[in-house]
Amino acid sequence: MDTEPQFFETNAAPGVVGQPLSRVDGWAKVTGRAKYSAEYNQLPGLVHAVLRTSDVAKGRVTSIDASAAQRQPGVLAIFTHENLPKLAKTPNNPEDQKAFASSPMSFFPMASDQVHYAGQPLAMVVADTLEHAQYAAALLKVNIAAEVPTASYLDPKATSYVPKSVKGTEGVTKRGDAQAAFRNAPVQLTATYHHATNHHNPMEPGATTAHWEAPDRLTVYDTTQGVSETQKTLAAMLGLATEQVRVVTKYLGGGFGCKAWVWPHVVLAPLAAKAVGRPVKLVLTRPQQFTGMGHREEQEQTLRLGATKEGKLLGIVHEKTSTTSPWDDYAETNSRIINMLYALPAFESTYHLAKASVMTSTSTRAPGDMPGSFAIECSMDDLAYQLGLDPIQVRLLNYAEKDPTNGHPWSSKSLKQCYARGAELFGWSQRNPRNGQTRNGKLLVGYGMATASYPVHNSQGNARVRLYADGRAVVQAGATDLGTGTYTIITQVAADALGVPPQNIRFELGDTILPTTQWSGGSTAAGRVSSSVYLAAQEVWQKLIKMAVIDRKSPLYGAKAADVVMEKGRLQLKADPGKGEAFGEVMKRASLSDVEGTAQGRYGSIYKEPGAAADANMNKEEKDAAAGYSMHAFGAHFCEVHVDPELGTVRVARWVSVMSAGRILNPKTARSQVIGGSIFGIGAALMEQTVRDPNLARYTNADLASYHVPVNADIPDMRVDFIDEHDPHVNAMGVKGIGEISIVGVTAAVANAVFHATGRRLRSLPMTPDKVLAAMRQPA
Amino acid sequence: MSSDLFPNADTPPLADNSRRSFLKQSGGILGLALAPPLASQAERLTAYSKVIQGATDITLRVNSQAHTVRVEPRVTLLDTLRERLDLTGTKKGCDHGQCGACTVHINGKRTLSCLTLAVMQQGKEITTIEGLAKGDELHPMQAAFIKHDGLQCGYCTPGQIMSGVACVQEGHATTDAQCREWMSGNLCRCGAYPNILAAVREVASQSSKG
Ligand code: FES
Ligand code: FES
Repeated sequence: MDTEPQFFETNAAPGVVGQPLSRVDGWAKVTGRAKYSAEYNQLPGLVHAVLRTSDVAKGRVTSIDASAAQRQPGVLAIFTHENLPKLAKTPNNPEDQKAFASSPMSFFPMASDQVHYAGQPLAMVVADTLEHAQYAAALLKVNIAAEVPTASYLDPKATSYVPKSVKGTEGVTKRGDAQAAFRNAPVQLTATYHHATNHHNPMEPGATTAHWEAPDRLTVYDTTQGVSETQKTLAAMLGLATEQVRVVTKYLGGGFGCKAWVWPHVVLAPLAAKAVGRPVKLVLTRPQQFTGMGHREEQEQTLRLGATKEGKLLGIVHEKTSTTSPWDDYAETNSRIINMLYALPAFESTYHLAKASVMTSTSTRAPGDMPGSFAIECSMDDLAYQLGLDPIQVRLLNYAEKDPTNGHPWSSKSLKQCYARGAELFGWSQRNPRNGQTRNGKLLVGYGMATASYPVHNSQGNARVRLYADGRAVVQAGATDLGTGTYTIITQVAADALGVPPQNIRFELGDTILPTTQWSGGSTAAGRVSSSVYLAAQEVWQKLIKMAVIDRKSPLYGAKAADVVMEKGRLQLKADPGKGEAFGEVMKRASLSDVEGTAQGRYGSIYKEPGAAADANMNKEEKDAAAGYSMHAFGAHFCEVHVDPELGTVRVARWVSVMSAGRILNPKTARSQVIGGSIFGIGAALMEQTVRDPNLARYTNADLASYHVPVNADIPDMRVDFIDEHDPHVNAMGVKGIGEISIVGVTAAVANAVFHATGRRLRSLPMTPDKVLAAMRQPA
Repeated sequence: MSSDLFPNADTPPLADNSRRSFLKQSGGILGLALAPPLASQAERLTAYSKVIQGATDITLRVNSQAHTVRVEPRVTLLDTLRERLDLTGTKKGCDHGQCGACTVHINGKRTLSCLTLAVMQQGKEITTIEGLAKGDELHPMQAAFIKHDGLQCGYCTPGQIMSGVACVQEGHATTDAQCREWMSGNLCRCGAYPNILAAVREVASQSSKG
């Protein structure tokens, strides 16, 4: 391969990339054949583990009486902090943590008698059947010397502090003198926004099936977004070499960020399996899912925005306060999007944290950008109304032609087209510029919109392509498909890159025995995996071409390799396409059944500058700077709501999203991702909140009956469109991810529509009927 | 492992070889949930099974096939399908009747298998997602889900499809609004709702024509 990777250009003869192919894994999923991580029942002697978790949020375990539980038939083992086998490396030890690729918090339960959060695992029962294990776990008599917990940053006992850094962003960041800019601005807006605790709640709960095939060979079927990260982390914790652990995730029932990490149950299952000498399956119950795999933290943000009388931004001062765990300084980095979304001369951001009796919060679909966009996009709406401008106009007025954080040009940006197309599809021009004026019967009607953006994060990974002489191919990468469509889009890319029909491709993923690639998260998988597969196919061609030009029997004999190209599975001369042959002929004469290629695909600023920008200590701005471009996807959401002024209910009646995210590999699966992200955001806007009791610090609604996620009847017709981009800077396929940008701006679009409908600004999510009614009682 | 917390480490017992009385079990966490339905179903239970205490052999007709399986009275139909019959197409999303992932048909009616005890389903015709297609020929609802991309991760999908089939049969898919309402017992966190609606409505319009 050349060191400078080639860029995928759509062939003159149209292929399947960019076509709305139906999901290749659809058949397995609609027939029930798709095997998820808790469904490997054929493992010999498989038994069940069940966790017993703490009702108390803070204290010390004084005793666990297991006598009744032990007497139950079928019980094989009971683990507590007193007998849990020791981990070789533990998240509790900061030194050990360095060995982990994906440990979500600096705490591992059942290592001592300490209880730090409600729902913390205290014991694990292993039994022959699920029912035996469940019943025995219920019979454990747990005594805890309870202490008074701290529920959240709002708890009077909580003390807030400014951390050194949160997720690689410094606790305080300054660009220019934002305080002065705000102070001197002719237009000043100050607003505080609240965001409730949210839970990912993938429909498939966390599940780990652990099978020790030999004392030094562990296979784990796990609900993970990253098999390689889980493999590395598990190996370190269990004292094994990485290659001694195999992690398999063929199908994943949604992730949304919570399955990106090795949570305690993932480690407990192999420990139990080792102890009982049998494969062990451990599945979290739905309530355990709320305290087993993280959450989006409750938070408030105050945004002080200064602008000129014409509506041009002068400076923004942003402060965020949120709850974190006793051990970690974790907060979503909301400031990132506020800093870069508009042509903003000065910005300052401060994070405040307060430790409480909760587990560490974690990555949740568009971490930081999602709640951050709520604040900036509502405040921009305020600015528009205050100055009598159209909301789109105020955004165009502040359009960032280059990245305001570093002055770099964008690798590509089609946000203006997104606004225009979205406005057209939605009928934005029909909007009454005054709020509280549009009615449909007794319902108040409102239109709202918001900008979306999500960065192109760096990532890299490998792929292998094996092309058989008969025109079939096996393509492999240890990626995962969260339901995003990875199986399908990679099949399409491989088909075009190899010049064979998609039904000839078998794409295998979700296993650490396949080429290593990074996790599916941060919207990186589509760009990274497609690039590595495309480049691996190029290697196959290079090998075949080299064979052909030295093969006396080939029509291409004697040609320069550089003059030969592949077109629809045929090797031919660039200058004289008639001269050439099918690749199968070359292989046949060489007595080869297949030819294999491998390659590394890189996504983001490391695509063109692998060495310089891959330095792990650099932040995103520095990496972008090394590459010379800032890389983001952009888009816009448009929303119509109907508000019942008597009941306070808000219904989303219409929805339009227009996204520009590089090359769209499959508009059908991409559309599904965008509506999915929008619906996730509509949930956060209107109904989703996990409520922690202020005294007991325990969730009061940890189930799907009382944690409301949107249902079919909540969702209207949704229209999605894409602005196609040709971006040669982000990766070899020109792809930017869409899994996360789809949720950014959604809560603001809904809130802006509610403001347009009612004349009331709701700044606390979710906008439940009680809040709407309270607002309606206030003057507009 | 010498701790006394491993009582059976040397001789693991076989599944369900116990003979515990039902009363003893019902004193546990499942007691409340079990008592009322069992009291009213007691007659039928004794008719199908010789004993009602501990694990018993029961026969379930699933997808037109009879399966004899040894279960305790507290075992749900969902766990029987998933853990004993290896019919894992039916999914567990909540185990509490809140999500619809476990939807199956019992005598043609959609039923949440996590809220259904296996012992009470003898003599009934149970259909799961595995029984919907005829060999390689997909049920029209399955084909419509693929066509309209009514799925992403696929975990809610078997339940959505079983509900969708029933929804059409019930006559609850005659308008978009009605169909949305009657499909709202099946949560989809990936947010495939508009596509699910399109799939169910298409099958409904085809079957009304046919
Ligand atoms: S698993 Fe039965 S309704 Fe959720
Ligand atoms: S397809 Fe993932 S939950 Fe519905």
